[in-house]
Amino acid sequence: MRFSGRFYFGATLVILVLLVGFIGPFIVGVDPNASIGGLYDKPGTGPGMQWWLGTDNEGQSVMSNLVYGTRTSLLVGLIAGIIASSIGLVIGLIAGYAGGMLEEILMGLTNIVLAIPSIVIVILLSVSLPRRDIFTLALVIGITAWPWTARAVRAQATSVRTREHIEVAKMSGAKFWSILAWDVLPYLLSYVVMAFVLQVASAILTESSLSMLGLGPSNIVSIGMMLNWALAWGSIRVGAWWAFIPPTVMLTLIAFSLYLVQSSLDEVFNPRLRRGKKRKLVPAASGGAATAEIDEPEGEPGASVGPAALMSATVAEGKDSGGTTQ
Amino acid sequence: MSRLLEATNLNAAYLTPEGREVKAVDDVSLYIDEGEILGCAGESGCGKSTLGNVLALTARPPLYPISGRITIDGQTISLDRENKVPRTWRGEVVSMLPQGALNSLSPTARIRNLVGDVMKAHDAKMGKDEALDRARDRMKELGLPPRALDAYPHELSGGMKQRVITVISTLLNPKLLIADEPTSALDVSSQRALVEMLREMLNQGIMKGVIFVTHDLPLLKSISDRIAVMYAGQIVEVASAETIADNARHPYSTALLNAVLAPEPDTLVKRVEGIRGAPPSLAKPPSGCRFHPRCGLVMDICSAKQPAPVGTDLEFACCHWTAQHPDQVIRVEDVLARNDEVEE
Amino acid sequence: MAALLKANNIQKTFGHGKNAVHAVKGATFELEEGTITAVVGESGSGKSTLARLVLGLLPSTGGTLEFDGRDVTKLSFMESQRYWRDVQAVFQDPFSAFNQFFTVQRLLGRSMKLIEDKKEATERMHEALGHVGFEASDVLKKHPHELSGGQRQRIMIARALMMRPKLLLADEATSMLDASLRVNVLNVLRDLRDNLGTTVMIITHDIGQACYVAEQMLVMEKGDMVEQGSSKEVVFNPQHTYTKQLLADVPKLHGELGEMVH
Repeated sequence: MRFSGRFYFGATLVILVLLVGFIGPFIVGVDPNASIGGLYDKPGTGPGMQWWLGTDNEGQSVMSNLVYGTRTSLLVGLIAGIIASSIGLVIGLIAGYAGGMLEEILMGLTNIVLAIPSIVIVILLSVSLPRRDIFTLALVIGITAWPWTARAVRAQATSVRTREHIEVAKMSGAKFWSILAWDVLPYLLSYVVMAFVLQVASAILTESSLSMLGLGPSNIVSIGMMLNWALAWGSIRVGAWWAFIPPTVMLTLIAFSLYLVQSSLDEVFNPRLRRGKKRKLVPAASGGAATAEIDEPEGEPGASVGPAALMSATVAEGKDSGGTTQ
Repeated sequence: MSRLLEATNLNAAYLTPEGREVKAVDDVSLYIDEGEILGCAGESGCGKSTLGNVLALTARPPLYPISGRITIDGQTISLDRENKVPRTWRGEVVSMLPQGALNSLSPTARIRNLVGDVMKAHDAKMGKDEALDRARDRMKELGLPPRALDAYPHELSGGMKQRVITVISTLLNPKLLIADEPTSALDVSSQRALVEMLREMLNQGIMKGVIFVTHDLPLLKSISDRIAVMYAGQIVEVASAETIADNARHPYSTALLNAVLAPEPDTLVKRVEGIRGAPPSLAKPPSGCRFHPRCGLVMDICSAKQPAPVGTDLEFACCHWTAQHPDQVIRVEDVLARNDEVEE
Repeated sequence: MAALLKANNIQKTFGHGKNAVHAVKGATFELEEGTITAVVGESGSGKSTLARLVLGLLPSTGGTLEFDGRDVTKLSFMESQRYWRDVQAVFQDPFSAFNQFFTVQRLLGRSMKLIEDKKEATERMHEALGHVGFEASDVLKKHPHELSGGQRQRIMIARALMMRPKLLLADEATSMLDASLRVNVLNVLRDLRDNLGTTVMIITHDIGQACYVAEQMLVMEKGDMVEQGSSKEVVFNPQHTYTKQLLADVPKLHGELGEMVH
């Protein structure tokens, strides 16, 4: 596997965000609920790290709130992502592989869940719950977000179902679950990883939207809550940019870095998307054990060769050549 | 009859992901006269498709041409790693009918859209409507229904699709058409129709010569005037189709032909043996004659020295044994005699 | 000789109503024990569907199937486990027939579970690999990408042979191989018939291959079985126009067919 520069850039950002969320609270070392100053004190009013971003409407350190909030958002995102991916994976796998009635039923269910505006469900659920900690919030987000994964996984599983190795496995006496786990799942693991990253990103955004509406976790700070306070206490009106810009930037950074990683993973798993990177032709190196099979690119059915390749003059650099890399 | 194609000392290599170069076409020279169909045969991995791509100037990474000269109908081009091709060459001088074109048509576009795409692809002076008119005329001349151009890909059979694609890819009257396994996905009846159409196009002068690459030897014999047999990136023999079929001058050709199963009376009763072992890795081909580790006629010289072609530009074989025994027929039992010693 | 498999008017229709596709429109034939039968036809003739019906991988929509004296038209999960001890298959594409994440050992190990006695299973695995010219120690640790197309196909045959099947079905098993490798694989099938008495059914579009291995030929056209008989009769004295056309279109290596028939 060769990773692109995009991947390393995205991964670096993700690691940065993770460090902020999980190491940050120990470095800043100030309780986000403690008042250290007055209403909207400017950054740098006092000494130390907790003053880097000034104070918020309650005189609490914005810096401290930001790192704790990031941790909350990441936790909610990860837990919700795991829940959504697990449900989606199981349902998508079974539907895609089993086919027939079972597929109709499962996909019907998926489409129904998909059709219900999930934000409404999330709001109703969060309002009706007696207490809202980050786990219930993550659970609520998770059980409304799985249909996307289910659909993506089902589409992939359907294409694996027609491969001959499934028939070979059946005739070898393999049982339903064994085939699902060993013959279908490995073929779509890369998609599951990508879907998981997307689920995490979208769960973090959902959590922020909820918190901004005042439906966030009740006893803990999150990025969305910071925005909620900033809005409610008129930080924009008084020009206290340090109260709303940092959480906005952090949220953007989290989502952006995850999307970047996802799309660069797509490139790795799906070589067709790789840009036409021209590598320098190295003069013949001494013989090695490269296989002869590199020769004779096989015509892949369904490859998007298109009219361009038919006479091929237009196939510009970077356009797909129809599977020469093996 | 005049010479249509002179390709001399062609070399081309694949670049492996590890950055190593694997030569898939190794010092190949090839000549075609006007009006000829040259068949190109060999096992998979022998470099025949690669040779087609190099000749059609359609090499794309990880395949790179390295050196060689191609002269088609008086125009010459020198190959190098830069792989720069004059725009007028592709389509007008040489055209490629690629493997798998059949399955790569956009399902939502009518076939005739392809005509416009192809014209655009070549900066052709011909306008789209003019090109479409020409396509219709040509379809009529070749006995195909012109309305097939207005169909969507799924409405046509595989054989009809392949014939229409062939017509479109030769609209600019290329001097040389290179067809890479155009029939491998077709039924025998469609194969036959395509082959007959190619012959007809040649007679009408739409193109002056065809190189037909396939692993299907009976088909090759039915279409080709001459056949080139490739092994491990080199041409080991070129001869008329009849000679290759009945009296090949290279042990590999003999063994390969022997393995062909046709619905003939003796196929019912005879036992045929294949060549044991596998073609060598192109990354480290055997010394001397590349076929020597699998050949029953092997002599000491075979592993030491690469055999020079014996014969003319148009018909030759590269084999030490036949060079020394010019009048003897190669017996397939002798070629396969090494079977027991060769390990896969 | 007794018939190992009897198919009586077996049918398969996909979809229903207006969209119904009749892939197999009632095929009646018998496979005699210890012989090779070839099903010949062009793409879309329904020959692959017929293969899956015989293998019990697709439920039929009409007709009956009898194997070794018992009715196998409809099989429960347990029954199909038992059926697949007697009936095994090798498929067309040696790439997609392999789970690319499995080593050869894992692939074969899975089939071994159908054999009760562990020790016997291991013996059979070595024996089956021997039949296709492999030394177990050379290949067991390998992944499919480390094997050539021909080697992969031989491994698939070995997998099928481990069950010591009474019926081996080869669905275009040689069509993606080069001519030279192809005869080697076909020779393995012939040897199985001659040495172990295995009944073989091959599905192919290539009449030449059918001619080389099969005693009996079944010709299919668009779901219909249009002709059946001994290979000699079908190839050299075809009755049905479709068979005649098919034979006329096959390119010949040595002269034309007409000249060769004595």
